[in-house]
Amino acid sequence: MTNYTVELNNLVKYFGRRLIFDGINFSFSSRHIYGISGPNGSGKSTLVKIIANLISPTRGKVIHKNNSNEIEPFRLHNQIGFVSPYLFLYDEFTAEENLLHFSNIRGINFNKERSDYLLNELKLIDRKNDLVRGYSSGMKQRLKFIFALLHQPPLIILDEPTSNLDNPGKEKVYTLIRKEAENNLVIIASNEDSDIALCSQVIELEKFKRAN
Amino acid sequence: MKAYSLFKKDWQSELRTRYAINALAMFILVTISVIMFSIGSEKITEYLTGGLLWVVIFFSAMSGLSRAFVSEEERGTTMTLHLIAAPSTIFSGKLIFNLLLVFLMNFVITFLFAILFNSFIIKNFTLFAIAFLFGNIGIAISSTIIAAIISKASSKGTLYPVLSFPILLPLILTLLELTKHAMDGNSISSSFVEIAVLVCYDVVMLTASYLLFDFIWEE
Repeated sequence: MTNYTVELNNLVKYFGRRLIFDGINFSFSSRHIYGISGPNGSGKSTLVKIIANLISPTRGKVIHKNNSNEIEPFRLHNQIGFVSPYLFLYDEFTAEENLLHFSNIRGINFNKERSDYLLNELKLIDRKNDLVRGYSSGMKQRLKFIFALLHQPPLIILDEPTSNLDNPGKEKVYTLIRKEAENNLVIIASNEDSDIALCSQVIELEKFKRAN
Repeated sequence: MKAYSLFKKDWQSELRTRYAINALAMFILVTISVIMFSIGSEKITEYLTGGLLWVVIFFSAMSGLSRAFVSEEERGTTMTLHLIAAPSTIFSGKLIFNLLLVFLMNFVITFLFAILFNSFIIKNFTLFAIAFLFGNIGIAISSTIIAAIISKASSKGTLYPVLSFPILLPLILTLLELTKHAMDGNSISSSFVEIAVLVCYDVVMLTASYLLFDFIWEE
């Protein structure tokens, strides 16, 4: 069983002269669901992007460790599953082609069994050979979950995980999140009460607005 | 292998969307037609035809090769790439894609020049083939790194030719010189300096690109 941890050490982020957050110190570990909440513009997406190594903090450090071994930033991509509204898949490919290409580019074998399992769980199995261009926004959101979970990452970052989903879709996603949290580390950035209700600990970003 | 998989994804995507191929094909067709109309029945020298060949290649590269990164940025899939591959994999995959495009594009342009312009006569074919090989590699490497830089800018269209000009100029000047030598029938040994400059350009650009790409790719 892997023990994945993420440490945020005195994180500060500015966009130009605008302070987004200041002095975040926190430690995440496997088998928990953590929440990041705050009003619009509070920096939830910015923080999860920093954790996923998609953008850099102005100051401070994010340390990822797998079984106490620090992971180098250029190896992080295979450790992370990421879902967000600003993530786009390739419209000109079918769902299965997208997943196949992603696996190959990651350098891992395409696990058809797991792909079909996830496609089935998220009710996309009958549409797996349709171009993503023809998907509704809810279907695209469900496909993003499969993209995030296919390679079985130890860290799953979900930014607004239930946007565009209907109620049965939300319930299915919540079930999947709880199941993933049995072995992995899950971080959810959201304003939805039902999303935050899944979390054992929540970072309130409004508390990190002022310089200490 | 990962880079090859990225190239495969890009090539399959290109065959379906025709982002770059259509732009390149139309540009080549229009440019060569314009040159032929402007020349009319005038006789042009061999050197001028050789020069025109590289001018067409230079501007064709401008019109199609930036797509490698710009199309990802426009479709919003840059972050997806960030999440599935290391920067070196991404650069290598895009470079293989641009290499294929450059070779395809330049074979077509050279073939059209060979059949449409009577004054396009290469006396030392091996020398021209060496220039063509290393020239194409240089164009592909430079275009890929420039495409990565401009994909982050807001005015992509204008920035590409502006940035390409100083970077590609030494390469184009060397290629012009080598084409002239090939047209004169000079031996490979007498063109050694130009070939060495060409190979050095490729090595320097490749090394600099790999070193710089991490910084360009990170936000």
